[in-house]
Amino acid sequence: MPAVTIENVHKSFGAVEVLKGVSLSVEKGEVVAIIGRSGSGKSTLLRCINGLEACQSGRIEVAGHVLDQDQKHLRELRKDVGIVFQSYNLFPHLSVGENIMLAPRLAKGLGGPELRRMAEEVLAKVGLSEKFDAYPDNLSGGQQQRVAIARSLAMQPKVMLFDEVTSALDPELTGEVLIVMEDLAKAGMTMLLVTHEMNFARNVADVTVFMHQGRIWESGPSSELFATPKTPELQAFLSAGVH
Amino acid sequence: MTTFGWPEMLFIFRSAGWTLLLTVVAFGIGSLIGGTLAIMRLSQSRILRALASGYILVIQSIPVLMVLFMSYYGLSLFGIELPSFFAASASLAIYASAYLAEIWRGSIQSVPFQQWEASSSLALSRAQQYRYIILPQAVRISLPPTVGFLVQLVKNTSIVSVVGFVELSRAGTLVNNATFLPFQVFSVVAAIYFMICFPLSRLSRHLEKVMNAGRNH
Repeated sequence: MPAVTIENVHKSFGAVEVLKGVSLSVEKGEVVAIIGRSGSGKSTLLRCINGLEACQSGRIEVAGHVLDQDQKHLRELRKDVGIVFQSYNLFPHLSVGENIMLAPRLAKGLGGPELRRMAEEVLAKVGLSEKFDAYPDNLSGGQQQRVAIARSLAMQPKVMLFDEVTSALDPELTGEVLIVMEDLAKAGMTMLLVTHEMNFARNVADVTVFMHQGRIWESGPSSELFATPKTPELQAFLSAGVH
Repeated sequence: MTTFGWPEMLFIFRSAGWTLLLTVVAFGIGSLIGGTLAIMRLSQSRILRALASGYILVIQSIPVLMVLFMSYYGLSLFGIELPSFFAASASLAIYASAYLAEIWRGSIQSVPFQQWEASSSLALSRAQQYRYIILPQAVRISLPPTVGFLVQLVKNTSIVSVVGFVELSRAGTLVNNATFLPFQVFSVVAAIYFMICFPLSRLSRHLEKVMNAGRNH
């Protein structure tokens, strides 16, 4: 059974239809990169998967949960589906450790030394063990984003969504975040990522999906898609070099 | 005619205590109602939103004096005799609640919406989001304007003197009636208001500075 199934999803903001019937399936352990121009609907698609945006029609099933807008169902789904944002969105009034431990404690009822050990473990995974008691304001953008990844991992999600997570970072900080994501991919995490990092998509993603005008325009194994793009739109997109 | 001596001074000081008590009670009850209203204004239920907006609109559009008259004289028409302290603190609490609600609604809305998204994506319920993510940040934002409003409230307690409740202003009037030394008497009264309000104003300004400094680093 696929980890993510998206069937004929439509989504409009007012009169503007941003998703015009998108279907996509992601196997367990698979890494799928979604590329495309701004406005092609790729972030919206990602945000529909964990219910941050409600789609008007179509069906989404993720980690065994069929998506609907019932708040209780959404919470259950979100325990299994992590998301990392472009702007990190750490909680500025909480320390790194508290950022990580809050949701497992509140949503999953974990606690005590066990929870702390788990938080230290995920923080070690992103290489920031020494920052447990630091506050987000005192971290660099790259470090904040790695903490955001750790915060998501602490929920032990079955699927992870990444929404342009390196777009707000200086080039020299992008690398440290991508390394963490590559490690996750190698560890077998099911990942969907919207990205402008073409090298990362080519080298790490099993499948790359090119979105254009609210549709999946072209998709396939990353190696093939980047080597031999078939549609003129993808060819133009890849050769433009400016994404 | 009496002189303006220690007994009169003591009387004025004691009345300043009533002003303080009135402020504390009005602010306490006003906070509870105002906080509830602020959350209602941001509720997903249209009915709750409309109820809160209506209340705030009405209270902000009528003088607090009218609320005071209504609760003091109005209710007595129906045979409900409120002691003047209750009528006074209830009216001021109603007045404070409408203003605090708006200050706090603004503060809650100043918390970036991404904080809502991030916390809901972590499977937190709406109540948990408020309790652990949004309100702690909103409280920080709201402190300077809240303390600023508190200064207004201290001064506005003087209005309840019209229903015969003896707080600081009323005490001044009474002493003046007996001594005919308006300049001296009301200088003392004004000085006491100043001693209460000045530290609060400074606190508000200080908090504003601290908050802005915190935002920049």
